[in-house]
Amino acid sequence: MEPTLFRSRRERKLGEHIAVRLEGVTKRFGDQVVVDNVNLEIRDGEFFSLLGPSGCGKTTLLRMIAGFDTPDAGRIIIGGKDMTQVPPYLRPVNTVFQNYALFPHMTVEQNIAFGLRMKKMPRDQIAQRVQWALELINLPGYEKRRTDQMSGGQRQRIALARALVNEPEVLLLDEPLSALDLKLRQELRIDLMNLQERLGITFIFVTHDQEEALVMSDRIAVMNKGRIEQLGPTEEIYELPKTAFVAKFIGDSNLIPAQAIEPRKVRTALGEFVLDDEDALVPGQEVLLSIRPEKIRLFREKPNLPNLFRAKVDDIIYTGSENQYVLVAGGQRLMCETLNQDIQEPGHEEFTYDEEVWVAFTPEKLVVIQDTASGSNPYA
Amino acid sequence: MREATTPWERLRRVLFTVGPGALWLVLFILIPTLIMFVASLMSRGSLGQLVPPFGLHNYLRFFSDPLFIEIIGRSLWIGFWSTVFIMLLGYPLAFYIAQSRYKEVLLLLVVIPFFTNFLIRVYAWIVVFQKEGLLNGLITAFGLPPAELLPSTFAVYVATVYTYLPFFVLPLYAAVERIDWSQLEAAYDLGARPIRAFWEAIFPQTVPGLFAGFLLVFIPAVGTFVIADLLGGGKVTLVGNLIQLQFGSAQNWAFGSAASMVLMAMVLLGLWLYARTQGEKGLDKLV
Repeated sequence: MEPTLFRSRRERKLGEHIAVRLEGVTKRFGDQVVVDNVNLEIRDGEFFSLLGPSGCGKTTLLRMIAGFDTPDAGRIIIGGKDMTQVPPYLRPVNTVFQNYALFPHMTVEQNIAFGLRMKKMPRDQIAQRVQWALELINLPGYEKRRTDQMSGGQRQRIALARALVNEPEVLLLDEPLSALDLKLRQELRIDLMNLQERLGITFIFVTHDQEEALVMSDRIAVMNKGRIEQLGPTEEIYELPKTAFVAKFIGDSNLIPAQAIEPRKVRTALGEFVLDDEDALVPGQEVLLSIRPEKIRLFREKPNLPNLFRAKVDDIIYTGSENQYVLVAGGQRLMCETLNQDIQEPGHEEFTYDEEVWVAFTPEKLVVIQDTASGSNPYA
Repeated sequence: MREATTPWERLRRVLFTVGPGALWLVLFILIPTLIMFVASLMSRGSLGQLVPPFGLHNYLRFFSDPLFIEIIGRSLWIGFWSTVFIMLLGYPLAFYIAQSRYKEVLLLLVVIPFFTNFLIRVYAWIVVFQKEGLLNGLITAFGLPPAELLPSTFAVYVATVYTYLPFFVLPLYAAVERIDWSQLEAAYDLGARPIRAFWEAIFPQTVPGLFAGFLLVFIPAVGTFVIADLLGGGKVTLVGNLIQLQFGSAQNWAFGSAASMVLMAMVLLGLWLYARTQGEKGLDKLV
């Protein structure tokens, strides 16, 4: 494996073993290729996210790991065994469904006990495991409740307990938080992370919410049009996007077309910029520069910094904790975010409409995207 | 909404809302049933009119004559087996329609027979089953001797199943249509094999529809007389035929009323058992 530039966000040690390996997995619906030759290794105990817009193939990929769909080509290896043709009821994985798919004619207890009952576990043992699961999700005493009497968050947790009580090797989560409101979602993110860390079960988490993926994951695979655009540790995905799609889909990004004039220097409509050492370019090469809005520095007085240019403040968006400036320079619009710290020091000033400001691109913060083929609009 | 203040206002409100329905029920269900109950306690006059003395003699006659017991037994028997056949056909059919891409068309096909009068549809079966009919045409085309299909119990079964199948399929379809199919996947996911998964995750959710369909089919199938009359000839006499006969050519309204009351009592007994097993909600689902 190539060395990663960033360590995992939580600096956790992941298992050496591969929990799930996908080899050239392809799935077509009619003549539409939904999953296109995906290769992937997910490690033991990893919190792995499949992130992408709707229709990118992430759910289909998850369904193939669960066994609900069979790939048209490729192999799915779970726990070292080829499971490509194995039906879902014989796979050592369990799923938390987007709509929870709880059994409406069963109590909470019966729902959670279902998998254990299928395994023919003795009754008293089942009762113990159900108790354990209810405590795990912090809902003890809810055994006899009907699931339709419970709130969305509670049902989500029951779905989680119903899956986890079976001690799967891998837990598959299909956008489990998407139906909940923001506050609850943020709480459950933390709960999910803690649970995963405590149980040490490999989680494969499908989401279209980039923040969710960033907060929880050890590694993220960003998917687009059935392919993995980029795969890497969470910070790497955010800090070093390899394609314009990733740069735009994960957080906000300013993309600036550029042409190399030297191995470490490019020309753009905003001026000439020097780049960080890592990115050696062929002169004449067309690339995209990506810079995150929060990494752009603004000054009232000209600072002594490289990559400086003048821009006009076109719009100011006040979000409370941040001031977002829309800058115009060289016919291009740039998004820039500064923390609303309420101090007037160089680098922390607040600016007004139509003010001419100095903009500095720190060379290390300029990410060069050599793959300019993928569209800049992730929603196109 | 303003609170009703005087008792008069409250009464007026009740009359406006519940009144018309209650009136309809009283006029067309309660009063006729009471009339029939009274008639069943009376006797036949020499001209076929209803006359005293009052008494339980019609009921005693009904239950003491093995012929009538046999008729009731046969009605229940044919009604029961017709319902079983309908369930065997209708249960998969409802699922097939619910998951089909053409479910609107298929539902329309289920409902279309209602556009034609029931009697005419039963006559249509005569065309199929008669000696030179469609079915025998098919049989003889294969070089086999023509079958004696009319009148026969077989023909009665076929027409009964045909007639009441939609009454079973429609309520069941309504139950099946509401099922969230990811529950089946959830059951697989939790280790249930396909048949087990269906039985545990899906089947229980269709039980109310199954009961509703059963009653909607069984009750009229037991009481039918037209099908047995036209396709069963003199061979198959059902309780419906008996009642029709008493009110018609036999001119014994009193005895016909008693037979009707017995039939109704059996049906109500069935409903009561249903309510007992399904709880009060069960009856709501039925309606």
